[in-house]
Amino acid sequence: MAAADELAFHAEFEEATNLLAQTPDAAITRSDQLTPQGHVAVVMDSGGSYGADDEVESDKAALLQEEKQQPGFWTFGYYQSFFDVDTSQVLDRIKGSLLPRPGHNFVRHHLRNRPDLYGPFWICATLAFVLAITGNLTLVLAQRRDPSIHYSPQFHKVTVAGITIYCYAWLVPLALWGFLRWRRGVRERVGPYTFLETVCVYGYSLFVFIPTVVLWLIPVPWLQWLFGALALALSAAGLVFTLWPVVREDTRLAATVLLSTVVLLHTLLAMGCKFYFFQPLPLEHVAPPHQAMSQPPNTLPPTLPRSMAT
Amino acid sequence: MRSRVREFDSSTLNESVQNTIMRDLKAVGKKFMHVLYPRKSNTLLRDWDLWGPLILCVTLALMLQRGSVDSEKDGGPQFAEVFVIVWFGAVTITLNSKLLGGNISFFQSLCVLGYCILPLTVAMLVCRLVLLAELGPINFMVRFFVVIVMFAWSIVASTAFLADSQPPNRKALAVYPVFLFYFVISWMILTFTPQ
Repeated sequence: MAAADELAFHAEFEEATNLLAQTPDAAITRSDQLTPQGHVAVVMDSGGSYGADDEVESDKAALLQEEKQQPGFWTFGYYQSFFDVDTSQVLDRIKGSLLPRPGHNFVRHHLRNRPDLYGPFWICATLAFVLAITGNLTLVLAQRRDPSIHYSPQFHKVTVAGITIYCYAWLVPLALWGFLRWRRGVRERVGPYTFLETVCVYGYSLFVFIPTVVLWLIPVPWLQWLFGALALALSAAGLVFTLWPVVREDTRLAATVLLSTVVLLHTLLAMGCKFYFFQPLPLEHVAPPHQAMSQPPNTLPPTLPRSMAT
Repeated sequence: MRSRVREFDSSTLNESVQNTIMRDLKAVGKKFMHVLYPRKSNTLLRDWDLWGPLILCVTLALMLQRGSVDSEKDGGPQFAEVFVIVWFGAVTITLNSKLLGGNISFFQSLCVLGYCILPLTVAMLVCRLVLLAELGPINFMVRFFVVIVMFAWSIVASTAFLADSQPPNRKALAVYPVFLFYFVISWMILTFTPQ
């Protein structure tokens, strides 16, 4: 009996959370205008046919959401609202992005209508610098194995890394958000995510690449590909599980096209980073095999370029 | 670029230039001492100035130059790149800590972050001297050790001044960008190789 009650409560709670999270702009009347049954009345913008679930979600709405007065975008307070996170919340969101689960929507369960800009911004910054630094370190390690390679700090890679990562993490969510809003007319029931939530999802999904890039220092090619594939799988899975509830209502064709484009872009980013920042050797230092045979002192053994190639 | 309020404002117009310069230099030197021996004092915060960070940034950027003969595209950071990284990095960290709800003023935070580059500038000096000797693994280990120690010193010094201005549940969020900032500067110093 108690177990059945618990299950019912859990189901109602989940549904209330989902419904509440989907309609962030529900207007809530004040508690001094109680209806005779003693529940706070909630006026919903869209999709009002939820019947008995109104009671649970109205209580939840009253507890969780004050009236939101958005300060103007020219004030500092407007931007401060995007950094309203604690250390524990950021760590929880990072954990949520590292371990995607099929029913576990990142936006609903971890963001809970409070997207932040701290995570995406600093994860992108860290990833850009880590890419440039580890790319440089692979060159250092390669030079120690073979002193004929010319080492240089390659500082321009920092700029390239920064621009690539930031453009990806901000322009792709913009395109995705625009596309989802355009398709909104097809699906009335489930609202799309806001722009910031999309940016958040992408930003936190890039976190898994940071340890992967560091592990790419290990100069074993198949291990590098394994780590890369693992990171890509986790990251893309997180994105797909988050987008699935929004896209599920759409036509099958649009859903598959959207999801496969998202995964494809992510794959392109991962492979582009791998090839650009972890190039094995500058080509002019690789001696051709017949020359290697005839000049023993300053040759590379013929197998070495192949093992260093990704 | 100074915030100190003086009672006899009009009288400083008539003093000699040497007095003015020495007063500013003494203020900068006093703050250097505070950075080298970080204690919980408010001198850096109260009397902020940006001369010290400017001197340190220019010195660091000049020392990181490899000389104009280096025409390769993939060389070390140019002067402008170091400058941009230091100043825009400091501005970004300051904005970040203000957005997280810290109660430190903009220029105070810039002042602290700039002054705490001093240990890393000293590390750069030491590295350039060490690089005059022959290159090798021992050379690298010495430089690595010096840079690591100075990096830790910078972080300790800056968090001693900045950490109190944040609410307690966000301290780590505000300190992590500082860590990243000094880490990038340390990497630039460590990967510096002469022609």
